[in-house]
Amino acid sequence: MDTQPSIYGLMAEFDGPTDLLAAAKSAHAEGYRRMDAYSPFPVEGLAEAIEVRHTRLPLLVLLAGLFGALVGFASQYYVTVFDYPLNVGGRPLNSWPAYIPITFEVTILFAALTAVVGMIALNRLPMPYHPVFNVPRFALASREQFFLCIEAADSRFDREGTRRFLESLKPREVSEVAH
Amino acid sequence: MAAQSHTETAGVQALPPIIGTGHTYGSITDRIGDTVLTTRTPRGWIVGFAAGFLLLQLFLVSAAYLLYRGVGIWGINIPVGWGFAIINFVWWIGIGHAGTLISAILLLLRQQWRTSINRFAEAMTLFAVSCAGIFPLLHVGRPWFAYWMLPIPNTMRLWPQPRSPLVWDVFAVSTYATVSLLFWYVGLVPDLASFRDRAKHRLLQIIYGVLALGWRGSARHWHRYETAYLLLAGLATPLVVSVHSVVSFDFAVGIVPGWHTTIFPPYFVAGAIYSGFAMVLTLIIPIRKIYGLEDFVTARHLRNMANVMLATGLIVAYGYGMETFMAWFSGNLYEGYATWNRMTGPYAPIYWALILCNILVPQALWSDKVKRNVPALFVIALFINVGMWLERFVIVVTSLHRDFLPSSWGMYYPTIWDWGLYLGTIGLFLSLMFLFIRGLPMISMFEMRTLVPPPARKQPLAGGQAPSLASGD
Repeated sequence: MDTQPSIYGLMAEFDGPTDLLAAAKSAHAEGYRRMDAYSPFPVEGLAEAIEVRHTRLPLLVLLAGLFGALVGFASQYYVTVFDYPLNVGGRPLNSWPAYIPITFEVTILFAALTAVVGMIALNRLPMPYHPVFNVPRFALASREQFFLCIEAADSRFDREGTRRFLESLKPREVSEVAH
Repeated sequence: MAAQSHTETAGVQALPPIIGTGHTYGSITDRIGDTVLTTRTPRGWIVGFAAGFLLLQLFLVSAAYLLYRGVGIWGINIPVGWGFAIINFVWWIGIGHAGTLISAILLLLRQQWRTSINRFAEAMTLFAVSCAGIFPLLHVGRPWFAYWMLPIPNTMRLWPQPRSPLVWDVFAVSTYATVSLLFWYVGLVPDLASFRDRAKHRLLQIIYGVLALGWRGSARHWHRYETAYLLLAGLATPLVVSVHSVVSFDFAVGIVPGWHTTIFPPYFVAGAIYSGFAMVLTLIIPIRKIYGLEDFVTARHLRNMANVMLATGLIVAYGYGMETFMAWFSGNLYEGYATWNRMTGPYAPIYWALILCNILVPQALWSDKVKRNVPALFVIALFINVGMWLERFVIVVTSLHRDFLPSSWGMYYPTIWDWGLYLGTIGLFLSLMFLFIRGLPMISMFEMRTLVPPPARKQPLAGGQAPSLASGD
């Protein structure tokens, strides 16, 4: 085994989301942790099956929204109360009801930008190269096929043993993923 | 159409399906991908794009002459200082709202039929907002100073006035444009990856590959992706309501009779969705025909959109009714006259044309027969497009041209340059729309795949959903 070139992992191909979900659950039950499942559309329960932890994204979006509200309101307050106070018939300088629309818009803007940039960044995209693209049939992952990849970095990974395990899941085929 | 006869035989209960039968994950990808990647450009596309591109030239000429001579070439003057520019601005912004409604609000309401029209409607939003933004920009007279509308520290030590609805508008519209773009792009990423993997030409692989950011459909990515998409929908929903409310504040906060009313925000939002759905129908009916997409945009979609138009049209009708009632009930001389002048004054024909287009004609949508008749739907949608433009004309012009003092009354007549710029933005809109259809997936492929029932593939499973055993041939 030592003579073979090192690989990124082993990939099994399935024809349907149900098969992939069942395979991911079996792999998890077998003790594999460093793995990922690939599908042409989001499959309900798949992330949970490979034990994806809760994403921080909603918290980030909430914080960004609160920060946006603060920035939106404070900047208007600064402009109208400190930097350029304008006495209009003795009305209060801090005319906060008039600040609400802009405060609201800035809140939404910050939160939405964070949702998108945060999603992309937490997913470590853009990533033009990834080893899974070395499998020729992986081009179908964006079309109609479903893949489960167990990575060589997993402590239980064994080139022969893991291949036998993946074969037992009755995939269409199992292929090695080069680095 | 097959779906039609099906409904007739099965009675009123059975609705046409939201996707044609017999589709698989692959066939959806092929059908939508082929409109861009492999088949030849259909003649309908060439005709549509050519028409749009010609009008776009009209836009360039009108805008260039405007920059050379100034806004004096338009029909605006005191008392009507807000002519076509503001009418068109409100009209375009309103059209955009249907896209956000379809992509965000219907997503939150779990309306699956939105899937095949949301990408298209979002693109429409984006291009409509682009057209809308042009008008206030050119209307300021010296667009090269347009950045003064943004709170940028400057040597004059001046700020935009944050108590003014016009400044709220700057924030509302620019936020709306940004969020619409983000929403659209995030939805596109997985489909761009499909195109990257499907494209034969090296250059296309690189272009779509760069745009797809290296998307590989990992379960971890989908998990965050779905979270982000849902959050965006939740953020876009109040945003879309706020945008047209703020646009209505441009009028409602002013003291001009006919503008100064509290019903404006809700009635503007309803009108926006009304006109937007009319525009979606106006565009999708010919395009589904050109590309033969009747399997994806079925009779069910047209019917549902007709229902939304009917409902929002009734809200708009209620708005007109209440406006008239309050003008009388308030006992205010000027409010009363403003309404009376709309109905009987020099612009009365426009008011009655608006009632015809927006209230009377759409009542035909009560009939199931009309909702199944595609050409009839197309004609009604055109009526509503025109009607909603006339509504903004009535609001802007009739209120301004006769306000408090009869000595300051006047008339407004648009010039050829007003028309040139207006028709020109329709050209800009159509050109962008047709380029989008030619270069990007106009229907969300990954969302359409979720509508296909998994057992429909290969041989049927023996024991229902038995894991892993069945499909190993």
